Amino acid sequence: MGKLVLSNLRRRFGSVAAVDGIDLTLQEGEFVSLLGPSGCGKTTTLRMIAGFIPPTDGSISMDGEVLSSPQAVLPPERRRMSMIFQSYAIWPNMTVTQNVSFGLKLRKLPDAEVRRRTGEILEVVQMGHLAGRYPGELSGGQQQRVALARAIVVQPSILLLDEPLSNLDANLREEMRFEIRRLHDEFRITTVYVTHDQAEAMVTSDRIAVMNAGKIEQVDDPFSLYNRPRTRFVAGFIGRTNFLEARLAGDRLTLDGFTIPVGMVQRSAALNGGPILLSVRPQSIALLRSRPQDEDAVALPAQVLECAYLGEYWDYVVVPQGSGLKLRVTAAPTQRHQPGEAVWLRFDPSQIVAIS
Amino acid sequence: MSTTTIARVPAAPAATPGIGALRRLRYLEPVMLIWLLLIGVLVFLVAWPIVELLITSFQAPRTGAWTLNNYLAAYGRTRYVDALINSLALGALSALICAVLAVPMAWACSRTDMPGRGFAWFTVLAAFIIPPYLGAVGWILLAGPNSGWINQAWSLLIGTPDSTLFNVYSFTGLATVIALHSYPFIFIFTKSALDLVNSEMEDAANILGAGTWTTTWKVTLPLVWPTILAGIILVFLETIALFGTPAIIGIPARINVVTTQLWQFFEAPVRAEVAAAFAMPLLLITLALIGLQKLLLARKSYVSQTGKGGERRPIKLGPFWRWALLGWCVFVCLLSVVAPMVALVQASFAKAWGRGFSIDNLTIENYAFLLFRHDAAWGAVVNTFAFSAISATLAMVLALAIAYIVKRKLMPFGTALAFLCMAPFVIPGIVMAIGFYAAYAGPPLTLYGTAALMVFAFTTRFLPIAYANGASGMQMIHPEMEEAVRILGGGRLTAIRSVVAPLLKKALLGGWLLVFILATRELSAAIFLVGPETRTISVLLYDLSEEGNLESLSALGGILLVITLLFVGIGMKLIGRDFMLRRE
Repeated sequence: MGKLVLSNLRRRFGSVAAVDGIDLTLQEGEFVSLLGPSGCGKTTTLRMIAGFIPPTDGSISMDGEVLSSPQAVLPPERRRMSMIFQSYAIWPNMTVTQNVSFGLKLRKLPDAEVRRRTGEILEVVQMGHLAGRYPGELSGGQQQRVALARAIVVQPSILLLDEPLSNLDANLREEMRFEIRRLHDEFRITTVYVTHDQAEAMVTSDRIAVMNAGKIEQVDDPFSLYNRPRTRFVAGFIGRTNFLEARLAGDRLTLDGFTIPVGMVQRSAALNGGPILLSVRPQSIALLRSRPQDEDAVALPAQVLECAYLGEYWDYVVVPQGSGLKLRVTAAPTQRHQPGEAVWLRFDPSQIVAIS
Repeated sequence: MSTTTIARVPAAPAATPGIGALRRLRYLEPVMLIWLLLIGVLVFLVAWPIVELLITSFQAPRTGAWTLNNYLAAYGRTRYVDALINSLALGALSALICAVLAVPMAWACSRTDMPGRGFAWFTVLAAFIIPPYLGAVGWILLAGPNSGWINQAWSLLIGTPDSTLFNVYSFTGLATVIALHSYPFIFIFTKSALDLVNSEMEDAANILGAGTWTTTWKVTLPLVWPTILAGIILVFLETIALFGTPAIIGIPARINVVTTQLWQFFEAPVRAEVAAAFAMPLLLITLALIGLQKLLLARKSYVSQTGKGGERRPIKLGPFWRWALLGWCVFVCLLSVVAPMVALVQASFAKAWGRGFSIDNLTIENYAFLLFRHDAAWGAVVNTFAFSAISATLAMVLALAIAYIVKRKLMPFGTALAFLCMAPFVIPGIVMAIGFYAAYAGPPLTLYGTAALMVFAFTTRFLPIAYANGASGMQMIHPEMEEAVRILGGGRLTAIRSVVAPLLKKALLGGWLLVFILATRELSAAIFLVGPETRTISVLLYDLSEEGNLESLSALGGILLVITLLFVGIGMKLIGRDFMLRRE
């Protein structure tokens, strides 16, 4: 049995189904992200786990005990969880120490124990030297660390994070991603992390649940999610990709202007008679100046339409000959092509994923 | 995404297996009971007096039969209809004078490099905190016919004795004195709107070839015109609901307005039912104009949109205009603050005020008489303090409880509470007082002449101000602040005690002081509900003004002024200098 189990969880606001029947199980010590665009229901899900919102259907249970159901909801203060809020919610009327020790005092721990644990956790998040400060005197990143310390110090059964990095600037955000992962590796607290930033989710999580329109589209580890997306939404949301329509003809897939053997494509087993959509990542297409020599290669002539230099790579839009497709292709910074130039494209079929 | 905190737990029928134990953990917040209690209090304080006012206006006294006779009595005489017309004209004229006084000041303070902008701001603040009828007393000393300081100086100047430059006992005089107290409203409205106008708006006009004046007339002022108009409406409404100044100046000058006429209906024999009928137009006009004002302010949301980003640079005035505008501010300061207050203080320390500033005319006898020998003055000071403090406390407690329930959406229909709370805002104080009289003066409660009636009336009158303060304070506390307490294991009460209350301290104190200060000067409701034992400073001031002893009157004014300054000082020290002058 999992640590935290959401089953058939639903929440309606008026006529809108914010969360529309989701199932998710977290193992003890697991770090799972809820990833999706704004309005997909991820924050509502998190707030239902916290007990701030009762579900309209389904249930949430922890260690086999039902916490939330439409019949009854255990209030947040009895769930032994902790949460990091989007606004941090650091209490401005208390010092860093008072903020962090608040939860311990509520648990009626002896003073010496409260002091010891508060001191320790402040060292862990590198805030020990600012213990006497008020939140107004701290930077955004420091407030974030206080929020982390305050949530972790109580050793919660589950740690909930609601877009905790969205108010930080880009550099700090990157630093804090690794900080959150480091703290998780150190304390192994079962964690649910809500974010709309795929990089954040991929750095921090053991598994990612991609949500869209109130439903979970796919739950997988970051590698599988990127390389074997199961739905069009997931393929498009995690990284950039080209979508190609195809038809199955015998043992070959026919695309607009070329064909590839169906056996070479990922997840080809999922294919049935219906229309087929393929996802081709821009970096899985090679740009060549001449036709590749090997016979097996899936290659076709094309013309460069647009190019943009982004420092770490070139971003090209190419049009295969005799085709209406516009493909995005990325190439190494040293590989320059001019718009209008004739090139050859070589596909790596093992990186082509059939979606439906 | 909605982040509504819903702690409501539906009753659990049909126990699903496995949640039986959970049902015992059901957590029904006591908020439901509090909500009912609050509704009860608000109905008592706000709704019932209004309902009674309406009922009374349609009932024959004694028999209680339905009738329209009260309305016929209220409008059957030209004298009464004239009072209504006078009120409207007075409101319009004083609003106009206010705009002339305030708009140049606001523009100079907000948009230009005029020297002494801090001084102008201070002038406005001072004019605002002086109780209006004290200004009226000051102006009687300054511009009474023949004997007023200004008219005496004028007589000396032109060499004709007993000539009058400006007679305060006239329609224009009355309107001017009211305007000299009310212009801060328009100043605040105009300045806060101008503060939001981005300099780039003006730059865009400049770059197309418009000079400073063209830009100001064609771009800047049109942007804030709706806000100025909203300020004018506010002054108009304040004026037609004002009792003190029209009573002190208007009655001797035989200028009858609605409020003084209402007062006359309350002279023995009391005709409360006619007063109720006569008060209806005041109520309806106020409702309509507040609606119009809301419309004006809502339509011009673009003013606030221009405030985002962009820098604001003061316009560089030429030497002439710099000093001309400052001169105007000094002039307004003299008329609204310095001259009337100097005259008032001089009279309060004078044996006979007309003898001027000589040493042998100095005395503290006026104060000593009031505080130690007058049969009612000391009691009035004590009453004023007690009533104001109790009503301020009641109003803030009510307002906060309601603001909390509404802002945290703890109950469905929480907004009904907020609506009742804000309702007194659209009811002139004097109308509210007649409603209170109708509802509670007689049986079954028979509160007439009790301190409770005064306290209830003050509480109701200032409830909207208290609510605006409480709600804006609550607004600043992110719900996540409380949720952070709860997820760590604290209940809602822990959250309120350890986070909400400490964070609201300043807003609470500011609201309390504001209500307290406004309550110490309250006259228009007090005058209708006061009994022999419950006189306040303001009521006593009015009584003294009828007796015509200007020295004692001034001394009592001095006492009220000291109290006001003391509490404004405390507020500015603890909360910041703008605490009274915020646009709500």
